[in-house]
Amino acid sequence: MADIKDLETYFNEVYGPVADWMTDFDHANPAYNENAHALWDEMRDKCPVAHTTRYGGTWLPVTHEYVSEIAYDTDRFTSRSVVVSRMKPSLAPDMPPAPIGTAPPISSDPPFHHDARRVMLPAFAPKKIAAWEGDVRALCNELLDSVAGQEVIDAAVDYAQHIPVNVIARMLGFPLEDSDLFRKFVHDVLEGVDEPVHVRQPKFDRLFDYISVQIEEHQANPREDLTSFLLNATIYDQPLSMRHVAGSIVLLLLAGIDTTWSAIGSSIWHLATTPADRERLVREPELMPTAIEEFLRAYAPVTMARLVKEDIDFHGCPMKAEDWVLLPFPAANRDPKEFADADKVIIDREENRHSAFGLGIHRCMGSNLARLELTIAVEEFLKRYPNFELSDTAGVKWSNGQIRGPRKLPVRILPNK
Amino acid sequence: MRVKVDTSKCQGHNRCYALAPELFDVDDLGTAFVLNDGVVPDGLEAKARLAEKNCPEYAIVIED
Ligand code: SF4
Repeated sequence: MADIKDLETYFNEVYGPVADWMTDFDHANPAYNENAHALWDEMRDKCPVAHTTRYGGTWLPVTHEYVSEIAYDTDRFTSRSVVVSRMKPSLAPDMPPAPIGTAPPISSDPPFHHDARRVMLPAFAPKKIAAWEGDVRALCNELLDSVAGQEVIDAAVDYAQHIPVNVIARMLGFPLEDSDLFRKFVHDVLEGVDEPVHVRQPKFDRLFDYISVQIEEHQANPREDLTSFLLNATIYDQPLSMRHVAGSIVLLLLAGIDTTWSAIGSSIWHLATTPADRERLVREPELMPTAIEEFLRAYAPVTMARLVKEDIDFHGCPMKAEDWVLLPFPAANRDPKEFADADKVIIDREENRHSAFGLGIHRCMGSNLARLELTIAVEEFLKRYPNFELSDTAGVKWSNGQIRGPRKLPVRILPNK
Repeated sequence: MRVKVDTSKCQGHNRCYALAPELFDVDDLGTAFVLNDGVVPDGLEAKARLAEKNCPEYAIVIED
C-alpha cells in the first residue's frame, strides 16, 4: 500500500486540500475514514445530503431514510459503477453498459440483476456457508500460531487480512500463493480511486488478464469450486458469457476481501480500546451473536455507490445525470432516528436492524460468509488472547476509500488476568 | 400470534432464521419462509418480536 502521507500530498495536488468537509468532502482522503463518525454526525445535523465537485460531482446522504430510499430506488439510480472514482463510465469506453455492468450482479440493474443474482445465490445460502466453519476455525488458529509468543502483533496485517483472502481463494479454486496479488488487485480497484483513467484502466486490464488465465485453467481441469460452478451455470438457458463469468469472479474475489478484513479489524480495534466490553465477552461468550451484530452496525465497513440516471431533484438536491451518489450504510447505522443510543456500542443490543450488508436487491451476497468469518475470527482471537491493548495508538492506520477499517493495528498481548 | 414474511421485501439477510430457527427457515436462495404456517407456539412470542425488530428490510409482520 502506498504510504498514507504520500497519498495525502497527491490528493492535495490533484484537488487541493479539503477546504470544508461539509461542502468539499473527499471520501478517499485518509482523513475521511479516520474521522468518519464525527463527519457523518455533523453532516446529519447540517446537510443531510453533502455534496462535493470532486470525482465529477458526488453526493453523500447520511440519514437512514435517504440511504434506504436510494438503495430501493433502482429507477432513478443505477449500479453500473459502485466505486466512486475518477473513472466515470462516460470516460471509460471499455466499461460494459447497464444493465449488466463490469461485475454482475453488483454492477447490474433490474431486470437482468435478478436473474444474474439467482445464478449465484445458492452458492452462498446459509446452509452451504455453514459447512466452512471448521476450515475457517483451523485457518484462524494457524494464523495465530504463526505469531505465537510475540509481544506485539499487527492484528490487521498478521491476522485479519489473511482470513477472507484465503477463504475466497479456496472457494474459487485459485492458487493460495497468489494471495499478495489478490490484495494488490483489491487495493488498485478500491483504494486507487483518485487515479486518472489512463492509469486506472490498465490495472483493471491486468486483473481481468489474471482471471482469464484462471478460467482457462479451470476449463482444462474442471473441479468442485465456484469458478467451475460459474462456467457450468446458465442464464436464459444459455451458458454465461465469458465476460459475465470473469466479471462475477472479479466481484467474488474483490468484494469479500477488504470488507471482511475491515470488519474483523474494527471489531478487534474496539475490543483493544474498550476493556470492559472485552472482559465481558470473555466472561459471557454467549453474547457473541449480539456483539457481532453490534460491531457490524457501529463499524459497518461498506459504503456503496450509485450513479444518477437522469437529472432529478432529490429532496431539494439538484442531482445531475451521471453524478455519483455514495450510499454510506455505516452512516445510516448511526442515525439516532433509527437506532436508540446510535453512537454507543452496546454488545448486548437486542434490537438491531442494521444495514451493514446493504438494503434492497443488492444485499451483500456474501453476508453469511462474512458473518461466519467475522464471528470465528473474533472468537478465536479472544480465546487465544483474552487480554490485549493497542500498543501504539498513533500506529493505527485506517483504509482510504469506500471500505473502512484498520489497515495497521498493532496490539500488545497482555498477561491473562 | 402469527408471523408472516413479506417475500417482496425479504432480501435474505437471514437475521430471522439466526434468531428464531423455530419460527423461520430459508430456502436455497436465502429467502425466508415461516414454519408451522406462521403460528407462533406458546412461549415463543418474544422470539417472534425479536426477529421482527431485527429484520433490516422490515419484511416480517406480526399479527396478534
Ligand atoms: S431477516 Fe428479513 S430480510 Fe432477512 S431473511 Fe428474514 S425476513 Fe428476509
